[in-house]
Amino acid sequence: MNQIVDILKTMDYGPAPEASGIVRDWLARHGGSFGHFIDGAFTAPGQTFRVDDPATGKQIAEVTQGTAADVDAAVKAARAAQPKWAALSGHDRARHLYALARHIQQHARFLAVLESMDNGKPIRESRDIDIPLVARHFYHHAGWAEILADEFPGAAPHGVCGQVIPWNFPLLMLAWKVAPALAAGNTVVLKPAEYTPLTALAFAEIAREAGLPKGVLNIVTGDGATGAAIVGHPGVDKVAFTGSTEVGRIIRRQIAGSGKALTLELGGKSPFIVFADADLDAAVEGVVDSIWFNQGQVCCAGSRILVAEAAAPRFTELLRRRMDTIIVGDPLDKNTDIGAIVHPVQLDRIRTLVDKGRAEGVEIIQGAAPAGCFYPPTLATEVEPASILATEEIFGPVVTLTPFRTPEDAVALANNTRYGLAASVWSENVNLCLDIAGKVKAGVVWINCANIFDAGAGFGGYRESGFGREGGREGMAAYLAHRGPSAKKPEEAPAAPVATPAESLPAAAINRTAKLYIGGKQARPDSGYSYAVAGPKGATGLAGLGNRKDIRNAVEAAHKAGSWGAQTGHNRAQVLYYLAENLSARTAEFEDRLRSFGQTSGAAKAEVETTLRRIFWYAAQADKFDGAVHSTKSAHVTLAMHEPLGVLGIACPIAFPLLGFVSLVLPAIAMGNRVIAVPSQIHPLAATDLYQVIETSDVPGGVINIVTGDRDELSKTLADHDDVEAIWYFGTRAGGKMVEEASAGNLKQTWVEDGATRNWASADGQGRTFLSRATQVKNIWVPYGE
Amino acid sequence: MTVESATAARPAHTGSNTLRNPGMPLDRAMFEGHAVNRSAAERRTASLTARRSVKKQWQAAWLINAIRCIDLTTLAGDDTADRVRRLCAKARQPLAPHIVEELGLEGTPLTTGAVCVYPTMVPHAVKALRGTGIPVASVATGFPAGLMPLKLRLEEIRYAVEEGADEIDIVITREYVLNGDWQALYDEVAQMRDACGQAHLKAILATGDLQTLRNVYSASMVAMQAGADFIKTSTGKEGVNATLPVSLVMVRALRDYLDATGHRIGFKPAGGMKSAKDAMNWQFLMKEEMGRDWLRPHLFRLGASSMLGDIERQLEHYVTGRYSSASRLALA
Repeated sequence: MNQIVDILKTMDYGPAPEASGIVRDWLARHGGSFGHFIDGAFTAPGQTFRVDDPATGKQIAEVTQGTAADVDAAVKAARAAQPKWAALSGHDRARHLYALARHIQQHARFLAVLESMDNGKPIRESRDIDIPLVARHFYHHAGWAEILADEFPGAAPHGVCGQVIPWNFPLLMLAWKVAPALAAGNTVVLKPAEYTPLTALAFAEIAREAGLPKGVLNIVTGDGATGAAIVGHPGVDKVAFTGSTEVGRIIRRQIAGSGKALTLELGGKSPFIVFADADLDAAVEGVVDSIWFNQGQVCCAGSRILVAEAAAPRFTELLRRRMDTIIVGDPLDKNTDIGAIVHPVQLDRIRTLVDKGRAEGVEIIQGAAPAGCFYPPTLATEVEPASILATEEIFGPVVTLTPFRTPEDAVALANNTRYGLAASVWSENVNLCLDIAGKVKAGVVWINCANIFDAGAGFGGYRESGFGREGGREGMAAYLAHRGPSAKKPEEAPAAPVATPAESLPAAAINRTAKLYIGGKQARPDSGYSYAVAGPKGATGLAGLGNRKDIRNAVEAAHKAGSWGAQTGHNRAQVLYYLAENLSARTAEFEDRLRSFGQTSGAAKAEVETTLRRIFWYAAQADKFDGAVHSTKSAHVTLAMHEPLGVLGIACPIAFPLLGFVSLVLPAIAMGNRVIAVPSQIHPLAATDLYQVIETSDVPGGVINIVTGDRDELSKTLADHDDVEAIWYFGTRAGGKMVEEASAGNLKQTWVEDGATRNWASADGQGRTFLSRATQVKNIWVPYGE
Repeated sequence: MTVESATAARPAHTGSNTLRNPGMPLDRAMFEGHAVNRSAAERRTASLTARRSVKKQWQAAWLINAIRCIDLTTLAGDDTADRVRRLCAKARQPLAPHIVEELGLEGTPLTTGAVCVYPTMVPHAVKALRGTGIPVASVATGFPAGLMPLKLRLEEIRYAVEEGADEIDIVITREYVLNGDWQALYDEVAQMRDACGQAHLKAILATGDLQTLRNVYSASMVAMQAGADFIKTSTGKEGVNATLPVSLVMVRALRDYLDATGHRIGFKPAGGMKSAKDAMNWQFLMKEEMGRDWLRPHLFRLGASSMLGDIERQLEHYVTGRYSSASRLALA
């Protein structure tokens, strides 16, 4: 029987295997066993664990379980190499990064094959997507190294970066971490994922081949314990983690109070919104690119399809048909669309979750998959928002489908999640697309496309999807520190508020009562207590002793003032200028108030004057601190929009009772945030005086809320609060640690600093840093072409 | 063993769409407001051709299948009777005997899907192909611009049919599409369909002139509603000929027409496709979007001239292991 004649009957594709001989030779040359890469050399293998090819379940290598001593050696090497690396000119570092990019390209197929063997992803993806993006990332950051001094004046590297990366895009995540770190002048200790350590080790070899100096890049393999040792090592200055939200939370708590910089890129349950006027075939293909990409093991995968009721039947039909042509199987076959799930543990997890969904009554439609560590493309329909399939990150090729009625309904469903990594919006109506892009809480929004990546754009999440960005200018900034002055003497903990009657208070013509300021109204503290405000000689007045219920009320009021963020920068600027105008009319009163705390006349006058200037400065910035259009792929507009964080808690330093408060509150509200501010604990009355100015200046109720009282107690409530998006804490070291720990709950962004660090009267007290801290970047991808 | 198992079921000739498209009344709801996103179409076709690969005997089989789907074409001002005879000879024997032998296909009928010529060349082609079962396709209706009085264009169709053409590749009036005059387009194609009689109508949309993919979709749908048996991308004379994104949109239109009416329409990309790789890519598109049936010549044709030569060279390489030279193989 002539086989060609047979094939002509079926027109099957047949096998199209990618050769793996060169990679197998490489593994054999290492004896199938690897140590760590520390200080430019491989260590001898120690206690090892297996690395399997998930497609076959067969061992392909073993790697070393990193011990505390290994981590120590790696951090030491990185530490030792860092000053010299940072001292190189940007151009010299650029040459090294350029060499890395070139060598990656020269070894592109080797890396692609190794990645597919180690991870199980189809060779098409490792060859056409992962590895080209890796090279692109190093090229892009060679450029940043070159122009760093010009583009980021005054910035310095953090020092040693401890980086822990996941198994879904092993080499790509390494590139995202290593390229910006090295460009900035940091050195690196990186732990690849336990399941997929091999391309990181191969990369180490390639870096050595490319002449990267010893100690600049160190790779330590191991499990979570090794990762924890890196993250927790005192010699590490900056921690970057990509992985599960659960582990991100552990890391947040682990390094709270350590002073280490932290960026987290965590999980997601991203919406994929299809409107009735979308190109439905295009949207179906978008689903394929979203959830049937990389076996669905993609943190930003559009895993929740929300489809307009009017389009749902046809869309579902087209999607079901498309599932039939997806080929699941051998990752090294060029025709494979979905390869192997990375590990049987993950396969079990996917199966368990789908079984639970089935038990809930969800309809499950599946394609075909071979036996072994494979899972078929899966569509779950009739999924309600409460279903486990709609809430849990499955990390497999499983997508849910839920109909919606109106755009408003779509946004509500889209944001009905604890995550906020990505979103995909499908409609031919550009007005609708951009409207939805603005309303969806996500760090990346793809319009009429999905899972498009480029080193020139920022990537990262809102909410429990983490904080910090990778890629683009915003990603580069995450590897740079702007060293402020360090405090000569740390801020001391203020005495606890005394809520019993003071011995005496200065006489006033008419008694004045300072209240809290919540939702645009003066409010008595819920506790019914007041506490004494310190003056030079005993108490100088009374302030409300705020408690957790006051914070609760303030947060609710702040949420109701959401339209502040949607106003134009010009409108906000007008309000801020008016605030300065009204304050200037009352300078004498504020100077008196500051003198009552024991300040000299000169100091009081200077503080009020600086306060006025500062308000002007942020009024000026309100319509100017805007985003960018990133240069990414051809025929794509990639918008990097600055969005407010939302509701922000601010704990003010003890010193500069007026200026400290204004220096923190103003950048926040200038960018559209609403704040709950806890003024200087011992001198809160300058801030409470300000609410009368706020009231007369058309600041909408709820935009600025003031709760006086015990700073750390109130900060704890704010840091714990799941509906507060970020917290700035300027106070004691212990308080800062507490805030960072408590913020792990909803992974809110924190900015924690010793309250005594900054001289608020100087240039340290204002600047773009404050505005960057007050915003997050949303990258919106808009392809175009007719 | 024959390659085309459905041959016996077909009364007419090997290549033609066996079941005619009866058409339907003009229904604007089937295309007006239908969204087509160009960026997405480009992504899909770029990814699709990278997602599929055929090697070894599968590659050989897919190349042979492509030959079976080729409308071997000559549409030049210097066409002569002899030129057409030579083309027909190649259509009858598209592969050199030694390649056929090495492939083990001596017992398998293998011809191109059709030959495609100008109306005045039809008698020469009919004569050259007599007894082979290879259909003769003729362009008509003032090809390539189509800007002749309708009466004359219909007369041209009748002429070509009388001369023995089995298939008529008509061109549409682009103006009707550009102005959204769907009724005029529908009426024109419907009259052409009548003029074709038993001959199958292949509607050339000249997509390079239509510019937008939404125009391509609408024009496809109107042509099918008016009774086109095939929809075809290009004359080969527009600035842009067959592209994969345009093909994707046309194929999705014929799928939507199938879903709505149950009638199976054929697809013919034409112009600019020169390589064996092109033949593969378009076949991948058909298989992925429509399934196996649309890899048969009665539902899929490749309008090409030089593509066959490249396929023959690839197949010679397959059987000999040596890279081939065109000079050793017969010209079309």
